[in-house]
Amino acid sequence: MIPYIACVLLFLIGLFVVISKRNLIKIVIGFSLIEYAVNLFFALVGFKRGALAPIITTPEQVRMGVARNFVDPVPQALVLTAIVIGLSTTALMLSLALRLYEKYKTFDISEIRRLKG
Amino acid sequence: MLELYLLLAVMIAAALVASETKNLLAAAVALGLVGFSVAIIFILVQAPDLAIVQIVVETLTVVFFTAVILRTTDIDTTVTQGLKMETAMFIAAFLAFGGLFLALIIGVLQELPRFGEPVMLIAQEYVQLGLERTGAANIVSAIILDFRGYDTLGEATVLFTAVVGVLTIMRLAGRKKPGEF
Amino acid sequence: MRGMSLIVRVMTGLLAGMLLLYGGYIILHGHLTPGGGFAGGVLVAAALILVSLAYGSVEQVERREYILSSIFESSGGLLFLGLALAGYIGADYFFRNAGFYYIGKPLQLISGGIIPLANIAIGLKVGAGLFAIFLALGASRFVMKE
Repeated sequence: MIPYIACVLLFLIGLFVVISKRNLIKIVIGFSLIEYAVNLFFALVGFKRGALAPIITTPEQVRMGVARNFVDPVPQALVLTAIVIGLSTTALMLSLALRLYEKYKTFDISEIRRLKG
Repeated sequence: MLELYLLLAVMIAAALVASETKNLLAAAVALGLVGFSVAIIFILVQAPDLAIVQIVVETLTVVFFTAVILRTTDIDTTVTQGLKMETAMFIAAFLAFGGLFLALIIGVLQELPRFGEPVMLIAQEYVQLGLERTGAANIVSAIILDFRGYDTLGEATVLFTAVVGVLTIMRLAGRKKPGEF
Repeated sequence: MRGMSLIVRVMTGLLAGMLLLYGGYIILHGHLTPGGGFAGGVLVAAALILVSLAYGSVEQVERREYILSSIFESSGGLLFLGLALAGYIGADYFFRNAGFYYIGKPLQLISGGIIPLANIAIGLKVGAGLFAIFLALGASRFVMKE
């Protein structure tokens, strides 16, 4: 239960940064924190105490079949693509922030809302 | 399990630093610290695939942030000294919302299986028949490339869209000359 | 973009080849050890970014690197789609692990059907795409004017 609560706390910190900060780079950092929290929560759901990583290494495990003692591999497969998608989303938001800086010369969103082209 | 709790505490402390500091480069470095503690937690829960991907993706994220910050400015000009009245009321309102959210989430998390005893309904068949059906020894690779290949196709599409989007926003591709329609 | 000092350039010259080799190893052994296409692809992109940062580049070289990485990324995506379609045309259904690349004995390097080829395609796509994103964010001096 405690690891799940830590993930929810990280999610709430990220949400606070997205809502209340006025600097664009800080807002992008907040989105990154939200994505780390969700990926960590998914990976923690599939943990099994006393089990091994889901990779077959020895010929004895090849013959075992039913009795292999592995952690749950399905959440790991889902999180694997989610991590790379998080990187591409962050890169897209950073390119938008860079273009806004080139046009308005500031990262402050209240200034940008005031100037408006 | 002591290492797991210690790493979670480091992660939350680094997240607080990343949100409150005035120097933007320090915030990017603190974000890197959050990512690396997540990677070590992935090793502790027996997920080496995720640990490798998280380490390299975290390094590239910090490199991208630093590239953008060094081209522009690295001081956050919106942080003021002192604690104004409206900021304190905002923080109090968010703490109240956070407390309510946490109480409701704890009520929901009781329904999940306990941490460390998953119900592997779908994964039983993948773990048993993974090697005979596909011939790959890494079951996670067999899942993302054979059993659930559509998800990987979707991820490749999203990555392609992100690359085209970044190149178009930075005006490196797809620009028409005046006179065309 | 300017290059870095002499120490950084010498160390990068010694390290860059080993980084590329390690990324290729993780891509090719994706069906035997942890890793696979995504991790190896991002490592290859990181090696290319290291070389590009340490030695600097002029505008013509940046333009050529951008065009080459676009070609590699598109060919990686087309290779992945081609493998999926080969399963459709050659055998029963879409993405079927077709028998033209045989399922050998387990735990060998040549085993696992289409999976090593799909790993190579994903590694090409991810690596070239992320290098193109870095060139656009950090080094784009040939941005066309308004």
